[in-house]
Amino acid sequence: MVVNKLGVAMDILMSAGLRIAGFYNYWVVISLMMTGFYIVISHGNLIKKIIGLSIFQTSVFIFYISMANVEGGSAPILNSEIVQYSNPLPHVLILTAIVVAIATTALALALVVRIKEAFGSVEEEEIQALVEKNKDAKAC
Amino acid sequence: MELFVNVILLSFLLAIALAIVRMKDLFAVIMLAGIYGLLSASFFVVVDAVDVAITEAAVGAGVFTLLMLVATVMAGRYEQGARHKPLLALAVVFITGSLLIYGSLDMPAFGYGPAPDHQHVDSHYINESMSEVGVPNIVTAVLASYRGFDTLGELLVIFTAGVAVMALLSTLYDSHSNLGTGPENKWLYEQQMPIRLVVKILIPFIMLFAFYIQFHGDYGPGGGFQAGLILASAIILYAMLFGIRTAKQVISPRFYQCLSAFGILLYGGVGVVALLNGEHFLDYSVLFTDPLAGQHVGIVLVELGIGCTVFSTMILIFLNFYERKNNQLDGCQ
Repeated sequence: MVVNKLGVAMDILMSAGLRIAGFYNYWVVISLMMTGFYIVISHGNLIKKIIGLSIFQTSVFIFYISMANVEGGSAPILNSEIVQYSNPLPHVLILTAIVVAIATTALALALVVRIKEAFGSVEEEEIQALVEKNKDAKAC
Repeated sequence: MELFVNVILLSFLLAIALAIVRMKDLFAVIMLAGIYGLLSASFFVVVDAVDVAITEAAVGAGVFTLLMLVATVMAGRYEQGARHKPLLALAVVFITGSLLIYGSLDMPAFGYGPAPDHQHVDSHYINESMSEVGVPNIVTAVLASYRGFDTLGELLVIFTAGVAVMALLSTLYDSHSNLGTGPENKWLYEQQMPIRLVVKILIPFIMLFAFYIQFHGDYGPGGGFQAGLILASAIILYAMLFGIRTAKQVISPRFYQCLSAFGILLYGGVGVVALLNGEHFLDYSVLFTDPLAGQHVGIVLVELGIGCTVFSTMILIFLNFYERKNNQLDGCQ
């Protein structure tokens, strides 16, 4: 009787575990996305902000690739011995997105470098203080 | 087992992301970001996205880390402690996250075969691409043929970003930039002999691998994007260890600029040739007497165009950053 109950409990736990495992990717994606979002809105350092943005981007990549996965599937390269393939379309979208992301990140970094040269700082608050000071000086 | 590896890798990613939030030393943060890129590449291998994995490995662990390092040298290594209203930010993030998690409960479970996103064009690509395009790697078939127009647009974005970086940072033709790289090079010659020896042996193999990926991309994982990135990282590695002047003597920046534009023109040119032959833009079937052979020729040419543009744009971006840094350092002295 006790063994039976234990077995039932184990079954429930196992199915709950599998259910959580089925959603685990999405939850990690959401956590990563929110981590990146937090860095972007709460940190003042512009380089750190760009790193936060790239974490955000990567979470979207992971989301798409997770959705492309099919259980028991294989990489989408045709072979007569394979019956089940993963979905190739998200792979294409993300592959190009990664390269576009690095190019746009480089552009953002170039802007940061120019900001550093112009203001002597990459901290948002210092830059804002400098801008305010310049405004006051002009008003006088 | 696959699920287990998947869970472990994702947990590592999350831990690294949290460490990145807490750390103030940007050098350490960038190193962590490099590990993050490598781990996500491993994750992509586990979930069968091999083409994406090669790209992410070259970008996340390679080019991204290098660019960030150069930018950090210029912008300062340490971040200030102060944060904007961390509690408010935390609340916003928490609420958004909870809503997203609530939304995710309606998603089909990970790896569920009959999920809606596998029901539309996906089965067409898998079942018909061999007879319509004739290339074993479905990702390449979709990238270069079915969605060729989209890829052309993305290539243009990369090219434009490269041009914008040049507009912002270019010192390549300043007379000033030809001066003080001497002492740095001497220092390099004395200090890093073992690394330089190892890299000198490695570079030919990296380049060979890049060319293999470029020209084998229609049969196995790979293609122009990956090959361009890997080839670019080989040249960047060379420039870092042997000095930017030596690298510029090997291939001049003017060549990269021309190559970058040439890639786009080659891609667009293939489309125009198809157009002139009475077909749609970028429909490669008319490039050869046999439609399948035409598709193959078209894909090889288009991938070559992608490779050229990605390769030279990445190098141009890096060269511009590096030159700017050298000029800044000279300015300080």
